[in-house]
Amino acid sequence: MTELADPDVRAVSPARSRYQSDEFVARLRRRYAAEQRFKYAGMAAIGLASLMLVVLLGSIISQGYTAFQQTSIALDITFDAAEIDPQGTRNPEVLAQANYAKLIRDSLGTVFPEATSRADRRTLSDLLSSGAPFELAMMVRDDPSLVGTTKRVWLTASDDVDQFMKGFIPRNVAETERRVNDVQVAAIDRLASKDSIEKSFNTTLFTAGDSREPELAGIWGAIVGSFMTLAITMALAVPIGVSAAIYLEEFAPKRWWTDLIEVNINNLAAVPSIVFGLLGLAVFLNFFGMPRSAPVVGGVVLALMTLPIIIIATRAALKAVPPSIREAALGIGASPLQTVLHHVLPLAMPGILTGTIIGMAHALGETAPLLMIGMVAFIVDIPGGFTDSATVLPVQIYMWADSPERAFTERTSAAIMILLGFLVLMNGLAVFLRKKFERRW
Amino acid sequence: MKTTTLALTAAAVAALTIGAAGVANAQSRDQIRAVGSSTVFPFTTAVAEAFGKTGKFKTPVVESTGTGGGLKLFCGGVGPQHPDIANASRRIKKSEVDQCAANGVAEITELKIGFDGIVMASSKAAKHYDFTRAQVWKALAKEVPVNGKMVANPYKKWSDVDPSLPNYDIEVLGPPPTSGTRDAFNELMMEGGCHQVKEVAAILTDEKARSKACLSIREDGAYVEAGENDNLIVQKLGANPEAFGVFGYSFLDQNKDKLQAAKVDTVVPSYELISSGKYPVSRSLYVYVKNAHVGVIPGIRELIGEYTSERAMGEEGYLADKGLIALPKADRDAARVSAVNLSPLKL
Repeated sequence: MTELADPDVRAVSPARSRYQSDEFVARLRRRYAAEQRFKYAGMAAIGLASLMLVVLLGSIISQGYTAFQQTSIALDITFDAAEIDPQGTRNPEVLAQANYAKLIRDSLGTVFPEATSRADRRTLSDLLSSGAPFELAMMVRDDPSLVGTTKRVWLTASDDVDQFMKGFIPRNVAETERRVNDVQVAAIDRLASKDSIEKSFNTTLFTAGDSREPELAGIWGAIVGSFMTLAITMALAVPIGVSAAIYLEEFAPKRWWTDLIEVNINNLAAVPSIVFGLLGLAVFLNFFGMPRSAPVVGGVVLALMTLPIIIIATRAALKAVPPSIREAALGIGASPLQTVLHHVLPLAMPGILTGTIIGMAHALGETAPLLMIGMVAFIVDIPGGFTDSATVLPVQIYMWADSPERAFTERTSAAIMILLGFLVLMNGLAVFLRKKFERRW
Repeated sequence: MKTTTLALTAAAVAALTIGAAGVANAQSRDQIRAVGSSTVFPFTTAVAEAFGKTGKFKTPVVESTGTGGGLKLFCGGVGPQHPDIANASRRIKKSEVDQCAANGVAEITELKIGFDGIVMASSKAAKHYDFTRAQVWKALAKEVPVNGKMVANPYKKWSDVDPSLPNYDIEVLGPPPTSGTRDAFNELMMEGGCHQVKEVAAILTDEKARSKACLSIREDGAYVEAGENDNLIVQKLGANPEAFGVFGYSFLDQNKDKLQAAKVDTVVPSYELISSGKYPVSRSLYVYVKNAHVGVIPGIRELIGEYTSERAMGEEGYLADKGLIALPKADRDAARVSAVNLSPLKL
């Protein structure tokens, strides 16, 4: 190629040099064509990968964006003092025990006076979530002065009404083929004509724990569980992994046993994650008697899983620090430990952080090892400590995907979006840290 | 850089302390734990949630481990590290009761909570067809009798099995062998259908060989194991109108606008007909309670009281909304009595 770059080669024409023989021109064309083909193949590969990503994201987003809205129904609720607090004590326990479902039924009765049969009244009550009475109880608990007044209140609608409002339950099919019957459709239309039914931002999705009722289900419990699990994973895997890598890379003599350890670490990084779950079950639950479903056990198991990733990334980062740095430090009298802690480790930090964050992101998306230690479970309460029962984000996605209620389909996709959001955030942080602290020699 | 070392040490110490705290914590438990069948899971979780909302106890933790796996955990022993309740989509076996007893779980209360129907359904886009169990068996068995001999299943299309059936390739999406739904499908649909085919009994006189032939499902792609996720089967049926899916009644109930259920032996899988026992492919669902934990782990008595209440398992209870098919009145009363008396199971 250098001959070509030389302008003199062309300048010798019209006398045809040996570089411009027909064979040469044909060879050159072939080489250029091969290069072009490779370029197109590469572009096609990237195009295909991007297309897959677009399809994946597109299907998740198009299925899930509706979950960020939830239908609610406005009712004029009379907080009847005789019903809620007959003695007038305003005792919180009495207030909590009152029959709020009856207040809702009474209010519905005034909106739909024609519904007199028990069956009709029952179908009308089904318009609202089974959590609606608890919403009223919460309101009264927070503001006992409501008792004795009438107030227009927005209450969460049931999942079937919500799906109907979002158009996922078709209107123009036979009554027996949809989960919203004709009485309910008429009622929804009446409420809509009075602006008493509307979709608003679904805060429950972000603040509640799991529930069997899609309209009451949220992922906050899973987010807290994921956070606690990852906190344990990080507290264990980072110090142990980084120390192990430093020793192996900087201090350990090159012997057959260090090679053996190295092979084993590389091997462990490729072990299927379910194996770590089985280990967790056998060692932490059965032998040490630690609690089932607890983030502390999940964190330890995931730490074992991420350790090899962190060790490998840290060793690579340490290897990338030029030997001249170490020699200079040793040359001016630093001890080997000082050399590592004062010079090599800080310079390797961006690489270590990147490896750690990618390891953590890996742990955040893991479900298989948690299956064996009981973190794949229905847990309503938000975990309050490392030993409380908890679940994690990917498990929550799996459990919702498996639920029969159709409203969980969109919530599954919404939860996937939230998990992807966290992963993008973590990987973005890794890129940012690398860019910010990267040193080039 | 001393701070780095300090921080590393501190983090390691913190982690170990938390670990030690975990060990200490396992000694007692104030939250009920249930394990077991994925079919009963939606019902037990609904009860657990309603129970937790009363505010007196923590919401129980329910794991979906499959019936067999759940009973194994349940029978592991007595003590806070073992679950209190097991969900089962079949009755507990003698061997499992013995296993329980060997581990000190002597007294178990059995609560029958309701029925589940196993339906065969296809997309609404397809033509409607009905089956007999014998036809389903012939279409799905590994070996079928032809001219007085058992041969590898030659049928490619439903119309090969019986001319009245559709001219579709046989493609049935169903649960894998690990699933309790598959156990029930094998027992009720396949075995039931096999007994309707008289030639089988004539060819295979040996009891064992016959039972094996009855329960073997063909492996040439006509029966597709679609995983434990029934939603996936429902979605695949939408994409492939010629296929039939096998799943629990609650998924049919939720997708009535997309799916049509085939009649089995001329009975349509409706709530009423499954409840009355007329639909042939239905099974009972059970909940097992460890008596030794009652009074030790708080709330067990109240939880099973909630489970057996009319508000939950009654004909108009919230479990019916979740797809559970209610027991007849007498059986519900019986379950309520066992929940109060904790009468130990005797097999």
